[in-house]
Amino acid sequence: MKKQMQLVRCTVNGREVEEYVDVRESLLDMLRNRLGLTSVKKGCEVGECGACTVIIDGETIDSCIYLAVWAEGKNIRTLEGLEKNGELTRIQEAFIEEGAIQCGFCTPGFIMSATVLLERGEKLSRDAIRKHMAGNLCRCTGYENIVNAVEKVMDENETRRGKTVR
Amino acid sequence: MIGKSVPRVDAYDKVTGRAKFTDDLVPANCLVAKIYHAKIGNGIVKSIDTSKAEALDGVVKVVTFKDVPNHCYPTPGHPWSVELAHQDVADRNILTGRVRYYGDDIAAVVAEDEITAQRALRLIEVEYEEYPVEIHPRKSMYGSKPPIHFDKKDNVLVRSNYFIGNVEQGLKESETVIKRSYKTPIVQHCHIENPISCAYMENGRIIVVTSTQIPHIVRRVIGQALGIPWGKIRVIKPYIGGGFGNKQDVLYEPLNAFLTTQVGGRPVKLDITREETFCNTRTRHSIEYDLTAGVDSEGHLLAKDMLAISNQGAYASHGHAIAANGLTAWRLQYACPNIKGEAYTVYTNTPVGGAMRGYGIPQVCFAIECFMDDIAKEIGMDPLEFRKKNLIKGYYEDAYLKPIAANTNGIFECLEKGADYIHWEEKRKEYTNQTGNIRRGVGMSLFSYKTGVWPISLEIAGARMTLNQDGSVGLMLGATEIGQGADTVFSQMAAEILNMDISDVHIQTVQDTDVTPFDTGAYASRQSFVTGTVVKDCANLLKKKILDYAKELLPEETRKLRLDHGWIMAGKDPAISLGNLALESYYSLGNSSVITAEVSEQVKKNTIATGCCFAEVEVDIKLGKIKILHIINVHDSGKLINPKLAEMQVQGGMSMGMGYGLSEQLILDEKTGRPLNGTLLDYKLMTMMDTPDIKADFVELDDPIGPFGNKALGEPPAIPGAPAIRNAVLHATGVAFNENPLTPQRLIDGFMKAGLI
Amino acid sequence: MYDIENYYQAESVKDAVRLLNEHPDARIISGGSDVLIKIREGKFAGTSLVSIHGIKEIQGVKMADNGDIYIGAGTVFSHITNDAIIRKYIPVLGEAVDQVGGPQVRNIGTIGGNICNGAVSADSAPTVFSLNALLRLEDGKEGRLVPVKDFYLGPGRVDLRQGEILTYVIIPAKEYEGYHGHYIKYSMRNAMDIATISCSVMSKVDQQAGVIEDVRITFGVAAPVPYRCTKAEEALKGMKIEESLYEKTAQLIREEINPRDSWRASRAFRLQIGGEIAARALRRTVELAGGDRI
Repeated sequence: MKKQMQLVRCTVNGREVEEYVDVRESLLDMLRNRLGLTSVKKGCEVGECGACTVIIDGETIDSCIYLAVWAEGKNIRTLEGLEKNGELTRIQEAFIEEGAIQCGFCTPGFIMSATVLLERGEKLSRDAIRKHMAGNLCRCTGYENIVNAVEKVMDENETRRGKTVR
Repeated sequence: MIGKSVPRVDAYDKVTGRAKFTDDLVPANCLVAKIYHAKIGNGIVKSIDTSKAEALDGVVKVVTFKDVPNHCYPTPGHPWSVELAHQDVADRNILTGRVRYYGDDIAAVVAEDEITAQRALRLIEVEYEEYPVEIHPRKSMYGSKPPIHFDKKDNVLVRSNYFIGNVEQGLKESETVIKRSYKTPIVQHCHIENPISCAYMENGRIIVVTSTQIPHIVRRVIGQALGIPWGKIRVIKPYIGGGFGNKQDVLYEPLNAFLTTQVGGRPVKLDITREETFCNTRTRHSIEYDLTAGVDSEGHLLAKDMLAISNQGAYASHGHAIAANGLTAWRLQYACPNIKGEAYTVYTNTPVGGAMRGYGIPQVCFAIECFMDDIAKEIGMDPLEFRKKNLIKGYYEDAYLKPIAANTNGIFECLEKGADYIHWEEKRKEYTNQTGNIRRGVGMSLFSYKTGVWPISLEIAGARMTLNQDGSVGLMLGATEIGQGADTVFSQMAAEILNMDISDVHIQTVQDTDVTPFDTGAYASRQSFVTGTVVKDCANLLKKKILDYAKELLPEETRKLRLDHGWIMAGKDPAISLGNLALESYYSLGNSSVITAEVSEQVKKNTIATGCCFAEVEVDIKLGKIKILHIINVHDSGKLINPKLAEMQVQGGMSMGMGYGLSEQLILDEKTGRPLNGTLLDYKLMTMMDTPDIKADFVELDDPIGPFGNKALGEPPAIPGAPAIRNAVLHATGVAFNENPLTPQRLIDGFMKAGLI
Repeated sequence: MYDIENYYQAESVKDAVRLLNEHPDARIISGGSDVLIKIREGKFAGTSLVSIHGIKEIQGVKMADNGDIYIGAGTVFSHITNDAIIRKYIPVLGEAVDQVGGPQVRNIGTIGGNICNGAVSADSAPTVFSLNALLRLEDGKEGRLVPVKDFYLGPGRVDLRQGEILTYVIIPAKEYEGYHGHYIKYSMRNAMDIATISCSVMSKVDQQAGVIEDVRITFGVAAPVPYRCTKAEEALKGMKIEESLYEKTAQLIREEINPRDSWRASRAFRLQIGGEIAARALRRTVELAGGDRI
């Protein structure tokens, strides 16, 4: 076993990043250990819990089962990238307002999944929200308030677009 | 401030990812430890060869059971008992050569990185002498050769019993006597953060940063396990990714502490996998119940008898406390003149049972509440009416354990709210005599739950408050935030007493046993009640000190002083701002003395919370699937400190209850006791798509002994869901399932047996 | 961190074939959701990898002039589900792979990986069987075209030879034109799960005669490899569309499939569910064809 290092150039939270990574590293390892982005949580390491969810080129993936070298050329977003100068995104605020947070360990992954869903700009049913967020497990909340938070922001967006809210 | 749904004090940090958990705090140069687990279910290690592992480049240290301190220690998160008879069973070593269950801890590797550690594990060679494996307590309790622990020849850890009245006589006088057996599964907590710790040495002392609910207890147990003075250990608890009782046990912290001493005090991280969490930490006990009851012609319970057999697994952990807690619940809540209870906790070659949200009550509630429906069905009575007929109205107290009592008892109000929500009357009628493949039903169940552990065990809590230089207040507690919202409600309590904005209360969320006051930690739904009492007392003490100091600063005629949002008020007039008073207290050249308050006290109180669950289900018989259409929990937990947080607790607990009812079970291999489904793929934790909308409601009776009229709330929500669902399925299909969870496999088997398929 | 001995990133199919020939002990990794997990659990620990992750030429869905649909082996599930061609012509396949795990895994897992790992529970498998899909394999020379039913050899074993790469899953036009399909995944959870048993039905309805003109029924997890119920299919062809059709289907299926007992589910359970989901899936395809209005 010889250490094989490879240069990875990608965009992380809007910044261009160049890192030498071990080819054996997962993206989770790279984000946490090399870039200090500790919102990316390790829960199962097999893509079953979603705690390590990040957004790559507009799609959610589990960073635990994604090799760091695959990040080459990609646009990666983590929870640290959402807040701008202390201002939260609406979904972050809605998580607070609706009580969608308890221990907070799964929260970053949920917010990333919700962020992608909301950026699609659709108003979805509660069942459809559940389907799109089902890759994230939570043991504390029973999901109820997480669905409420996502639905709330969808409704607000819908109102802003001047459509009827169901 | 009390009774207001203020946002969580940790919310901002948690939605931005800034909240620091154990793995976010480990130093970059940390060594990695991995554990070598036994590959047999029962036996001894005949030989172990670690030479190849030691020779691997990057391996720093390999230790085996031969290297660890040779004495036993207890692991449960109970207060230590100074009386020998009440001390927890000490039956563990840090590593062992006597394998008692599949996966037992034999050796550990410390390496420069994770992959080297994993490769080293594969190079360790072990030879075993195998003994027969027994995973069933009903068999194990007749003993084995050799016994699982040498001092318990029959493998029975503890047996306990009680008698009230004369059950035999009561049964004789009964119109109908019903006997049923029920069984609950092994389930796991499934907090999303696995147990993790990091240990290092500073100045000859061991520091352990760990994901725990009980930092002060972890300190003591590490001391006991390593045989070193407890003061030599410092435990730091940052935010934790859920606990649910698993982290109310000392897990791998002693091993981690030991390992750092073996590598010269360098930092060592012990981050176990999800598979290890399932197999090697703790589980909810599987308990089997044989119940008998007699009722008179009007449906009054005349006698009831319970035999409970609890599967402890390989080590004592919380031991008999779980089964015993259920046994106690058997005599509460329902009026019955003749009651008998007997429970056995039995060692087997399975993963270890420990504390899990509800502490034996979800198990016993499943048995009791299924039984209540089965009795009602047998005598042709509506199950809700049958319960109402037998429930105690108002105050009652436990027959043995004083002063445990229902000082307030809102069960009837809870039942009314639940029945209204689910439309009990109409739907019980509407869903009788259904035919066809899709059938609906409504069911319910109820429970009672103690608040804290007094007088079974000690209740002690500590709080320290400081008036900061700007007039804000620092609050330090040994009680822990584990996701339930403890930091928020404690901040509310302090703000209430000091009549200040919650933003001026700065709670220290990290517990550090060198710094934070002593408290036993988060368990037994105790903190808002026990620690809450102490926070209240501490805040009152601080208030008194502030006002006393104000009196010294203010003219003598200013007498009646009070605090009001940053001001000391004399009557209606602001006399001095709290900020200025604070500055004086710090920097007055003539009269400076920083105002602090510290309280450590025992809380010799206990009060019973209660509640119920109502569920409406739809059953697809031919597919063996249950869909929950509506579900509600109604709780009497006294006054709510923070209604939103209370609702969140209930929702999460209900989800756990539904999993217990429908899908969760750790399945063990009969031959080895190895978990077959110890991953988040195969262990069916409910996903968002499996979880219906959840309704939580409350009956807020003002409990006279709760510090703010409050009672237990943390654990109760997880209790009544499973039997309510089971009873709804009984209503829908007429088929009684006496073992949870009601998996598709069980449903299909049951429906085939009943001729529905 | 994964216990990987050597890692080689292929830039093209040709490059991948070259790398595989140079490193015969290396495994192919595509999306990673299967291989990485097996490395972690120790099964593939210390393996070398040839990565075909991100090779553009095998991503996406195309339709040939003759109507045959070419699905690049490196296409991830969510892209298949959202692809316009798939949605229009073979929606059943998009719906099937939309039931894999959860959203994150569907954004990374590829149909090629799903087929090549040989898992009988693969959500794409029953449908590609019922579609009589052909697999295009490249080896740097002529390559091969293999019917999917011949590709599966046993549990976890497929006919992928040393130095070969699966490049396309091809659905010939004649196999989907006029057919309607429905896939039912029976699992213990509604997400993040593998199939306990699964069934994909393609049917062609003769509206005029009110009969089933053709039907193909494939099961996952009812045998060591995805299993086409050819006996039942033959028996059902020409049957009238009426309530008894579905009862007959369930009965025929239970006679034909041969699931096993395991801790996940008993044989009796799988027989019960297998019959039921086949009947329900057939009913759905008939509805899609408008046959329920016959």
